[in-house]
Amino acid sequence: MATLSRADVEHVAHLARLGLSEEELARLEGQLNHILDQYAILARLDTNDIPPTAQTIELENILRDDVPGPSLPLEAVLRNAAQTHAGFIVVPPIMGTGE
Amino acid sequence: MTDLTRLSGHDQAGLLRTGEVSSRELAAAHLDAAERQNRALNAWLSIDRERAIAEAVAADATLAGARRKGAPALDALHPLFGLPVALKDLVSLAGGQCTAGSKILAGYLAPYDARITERLRAVSAVVLGKTNMDEFAMGSSTEHSAYGPTANPWALDRVPGGSSGGSAAAVAAYHAPFSLGTDTGGSIRQPAALCGIVGLKPTYGRVSRYGIVAFASSLDQIGPFGRDVRDAAALLHAVAGRDERDSTSAPEPVPDELLRLPGDDQAATSLRGKRLGLPKEYFVAGMEPGVEARVREAVAALEAAGARVDEVSLPHTEYGLATYYIVAPAEASANLARYDGIRYGPRLGDGDMLTNYLATRGQGFGPEVKRRIMLGTYALSAGYYDAYYLKAQKVRTLIKGDFDTLFGAGFDALVAPTSPSVAFRFGARLADPVSMYLSDACTLPVNMAGLPGLSVPCGLSEGLPVGLQLIGPAWSELELFRIARGYEAITADAEWRGLEPAELALADDPATPTPAERAAGLAAAAH
Repeated sequence: MATLSRADVEHVAHLARLGLSEEELARLEGQLNHILDQYAILARLDTNDIPPTAQTIELENILRDDVPGPSLPLEAVLRNAAQTHAGFIVVPPIMGTGE
Repeated sequence: MTDLTRLSGHDQAGLLRTGEVSSRELAAAHLDAAERQNRALNAWLSIDRERAIAEAVAADATLAGARRKGAPALDALHPLFGLPVALKDLVSLAGGQCTAGSKILAGYLAPYDARITERLRAVSAVVLGKTNMDEFAMGSSTEHSAYGPTANPWALDRVPGGSSGGSAAAVAAYHAPFSLGTDTGGSIRQPAALCGIVGLKPTYGRVSRYGIVAFASSLDQIGPFGRDVRDAAALLHAVAGRDERDSTSAPEPVPDELLRLPGDDQAATSLRGKRLGLPKEYFVAGMEPGVEARVREAVAALEAAGARVDEVSLPHTEYGLATYYIVAPAEASANLARYDGIRYGPRLGDGDMLTNYLATRGQGFGPEVKRRIMLGTYALSAGYYDAYYLKAQKVRTLIKGDFDTLFGAGFDALVAPTSPSVAFRFGARLADPVSMYLSDACTLPVNMAGLPGLSVPCGLSEGLPVGLQLIGPAWSELELFRIARGYEAITADAEWRGLEPAELALADDPATPTPAERAAGLAAAAH
């Protein structure tokens, strides 16, 4: 199995949108590699012909009638947001300010 | 006057119906105990006396009406009617906090009730407050809570287990007869074992997860804690069942027999002829001798009562830990992507979107949650999906197959230890994540297979509780509760059953250190 380098740890942190300190990155490099070592045991098993299990109870898709029902009032939805304006959630610009 | 908090839930229910106590008196007695002892135990993250008393007063009014109407109206009340319940702080209760033990949900107020909260309201149970937990239910000790650890009432310098440690400690400490937790890899059964109470992880799909903070969606299940088997069964009955808002909740009937578990005589004789399997792989290397001894004594008692016990094999058990620690973090990394500081929770950073994400998530999540998000993100990332996640899903098939083989061969249940150790000291497993993960070696294969698992107390080792785990086929909760009721009956006179948690009385002393102070003291002594 693979070994994570410091650069790998930084890349994964970026993918996960986690801002980590130098100290955290160093500690995680050691800990993640130690945990990945434990995964090596799985290589002992030949699973080529084994189907994957994603869920354990054999439920078919359960569909319900497409009938509109009540939903949460707008103020209840917005109450927990960090910044709102006129019924909307305010976020920083995503595509640059375009000045 | 007897201390009402010492009564079982079903005894409290009896007194309510005869009019000897009111729901308000029960709520007040439990609230008093919880408020008095929470400094020393930190089992509760919030206690809402005002709301609880209002709910209890309303229940008393309903009860008075039922009494006027006569016996059928009283009989129609659910056994949980008017009784105190604690909720793990990841269950939504409209208008209340729901931190999931994390700073990233500090200040968040749930906009709606979870399905199980609705169910509790429907039977007029009284919610006292919300209990402490490992952050996002990731942990086996409740030390990963952002709000400080919880103490075990049996030994205040030890953990209650986790992640539902607050719910287990609150019931063990008589702050409530009932509580609810969640179990993704052992988070109900292991704290139940370490606190000396009963805890059930139901079959995947048994209880709707609508309104519950998600951790690993193919594994998470909600379940009850109680101090005896009957109480845990009654709470499962109250909250179980299909809910169209959770498409993974199954349309399986919830048997009313859960409310009519047999009395001692009948329960003891019902063990005759039960076929129980003793999986040899669950007596793992590193298991404490005292734990193994108590479990083997329990098995001998079941045999003496007429159960047929055979040693069996679950050959893929050794792969459970690795499989779980791929599947659960992978699913967690996806579920926890929603905590972005946009729609709820504190928003940190003062820059562009990416800067804010990095700051909000980097500072909002604690170390264990970050570790798991990192693991899961890596396991799902380009080039590694087949090697990790897909491989783990395939091994999961083999683990589930082990159980299917035994239940297909006619075993009613498997009997095993719940946890390889008794409650450990604060800090003992924090430095090495893998040592913490091993706490769940006997419970997580059951989640991988989606099966029900029940932990019941089976005595003490070095003065600390030991749990016996019963594992059954899908939807066999009633059968597990019946076997457990039988075990309770044949050990009704055991000396350990009459004991209170050894250090609970210390929690009354305002000079007793808080769990965080104890943990800091132990950490300082270790250096």
